[in-house]
Amino acid sequence: MESVARSQPTARADAAAPKDATLIYRQSRWTRLTHWLWAISLFFMLLSGLQIFNARPQLYIGKESGFGYNNTVFAIGAENTATGPRGYTEIFGKRFDTTGVLGWSGPPGQETSRAFPSWATIPSYYDLGTARVVHFFFAWGLTTTLVVWLVASLINGHLRRDLAPRIDDLRRLPRDIVDHAKLKFHHTREYNTLQKMAYGGVLFVLLPLMIITGLAMSPSMNSVLPFLNDLLGGRQTARTIHFAVMLLLVAFFIIHILMIIAAGPINELRSIITGWYRIDPPAHGDERPERSA
Amino acid sequence: MAKFQISRRKFLTTASLGVSGIVLSGCDAFDSQLGTGAALRSFLESANNLTWRAQRLLAGRGALAPEFTEADIRQPQRPNGVTAPDDDFYKGLLASDFADWRLEVSGLVEKPLSLTREQLMNIPSRTQITRHDCVEGWSCIAKWTGTPLSLVLDEAVVKPQARYVMFHCLDTIDRSLSGDIKYYGSIDLIDARHPQTILAYGLNGQPLPVENGAPLRVRVERQLGYKMPKYLYKIELIDSFANLGGGKGGYWEDNGYDWYAGI
Repeated sequence: MESVARSQPTARADAAAPKDATLIYRQSRWTRLTHWLWAISLFFMLLSGLQIFNARPQLYIGKESGFGYNNTVFAIGAENTATGPRGYTEIFGKRFDTTGVLGWSGPPGQETSRAFPSWATIPSYYDLGTARVVHFFFAWGLTTTLVVWLVASLINGHLRRDLAPRIDDLRRLPRDIVDHAKLKFHHTREYNTLQKMAYGGVLFVLLPLMIITGLAMSPSMNSVLPFLNDLLGGRQTARTIHFAVMLLLVAFFIIHILMIIAAGPINELRSIITGWYRIDPPAHGDERPERSA
Repeated sequence: MAKFQISRRKFLTTASLGVSGIVLSGCDAFDSQLGTGAALRSFLESANNLTWRAQRLLAGRGALAPEFTEADIRQPQRPNGVTAPDDDFYKGLLASDFADWRLEVSGLVEKPLSLTREQLMNIPSRTQITRHDCVEGWSCIAKWTGTPLSLVLDEAVVKPQARYVMFHCLDTIDRSLSGDIKYYGSIDLIDARHPQTILAYGLNGQPLPVENGAPLRVRVERQLGYKMPKYLYKIELIDSFANLGGGKGGYWEDNGYDWYAGI
């Protein structure tokens, strides 16, 4: 496997860019394929997930939902006021007016009471049954992709070569943060420290947590893994964590897109579509330590 | 670097236009593909079959849903769906405290049954404190007492060709051109014979209230709430639900919900 992956760039480099030493083969076909499968899966899971949330736009802490007592930590709703219906979002009991987006939204004159607006849900109209069909289909897709990626990355060395943290990464972290803040990017074969943290965090923490909290909500899986909800703090806490991790994944997506745009979208997109990435030409006297695979 | 600046700006414009395009139109763009019967919809639905098989493989016949303690019962069981049937027949039964109510067991059985509430309560009962999970996302813990469905099935002697248990209910859930639609739903025989699957007549130490399905409701603890019909009066053993309702095995199933609701 590894020898195939290794020999390919040389072969292609000869044909495609024989004289351009700054163009390197950076992303293997497995990384690229799984990247786009995740992108599609996460898009559909997010939008169908928001539709599912709309069926019960409250989050609770504990084993059950408090109706005779209050264990609600987050709620989106609508209320009638003197000036007409308003949408609100309540976080730990603190209420914010979110009319137009959360709680009360729609085309002017046709607003309806719905937690997440029509443009953020699949289907656009209220349909919990269909949203579940979409959500669970892509849940299988997402999970399968994660397993395929993990196996491929173990075999082709992506994990060890590109993602495994090194002592060096820690040393570079402060400079890396300053560089990112200044939008100053180094285009190299290797991921920088913040990239490793972001990708590693998503792949090894957020996505597994999403799958685990998703399974913890399944009554049938509760009979197979009864300890799961005990660990997580109850089914309703698991649901709340599921939602919180969704917010983190959305935050990752936004930063990911901003960084791509700032670092040079054509180069970044080319590398995740074709695998080929243009690195910075070595500065005079700069000794680039070659990392052996 | 300079030549990148132009394409970067161009890309920013294109990207933001593209992203806002997806956001503004993306969601209703899929609507027409997701209606019941649409090809894409049917393809996506196949994942539910995979979930059913995978969970059956993992949970098997006997794995039990978590049970809780008295201390976990902190509120009345939240009622959902129909909470006060408006049907005259039901109201008549209720007026005489269900003295005239019978549980019919029919279909693919050797010995069709017609049981009074007293006869049902004379069969050994099971009491369990379990969590009710609604498809909407909420949960509620309560103590249920009832007759294990497996004992009733044994009494009626299920024929080998039976594959599903169909529950027929007394409450009107919907109205259509062809008349009132009473709630109906089905489970497979593995869930029907599961030790925690009971026909419940007691809730939190009291007789089952009307809002929670009096006189009798189903508890299927490894699935979601819509698989546990209330106001039960007939159990029918069947080999296929193709000819019942919309052919998907239940009222909610005929309205786009998955038949298997273990997730």
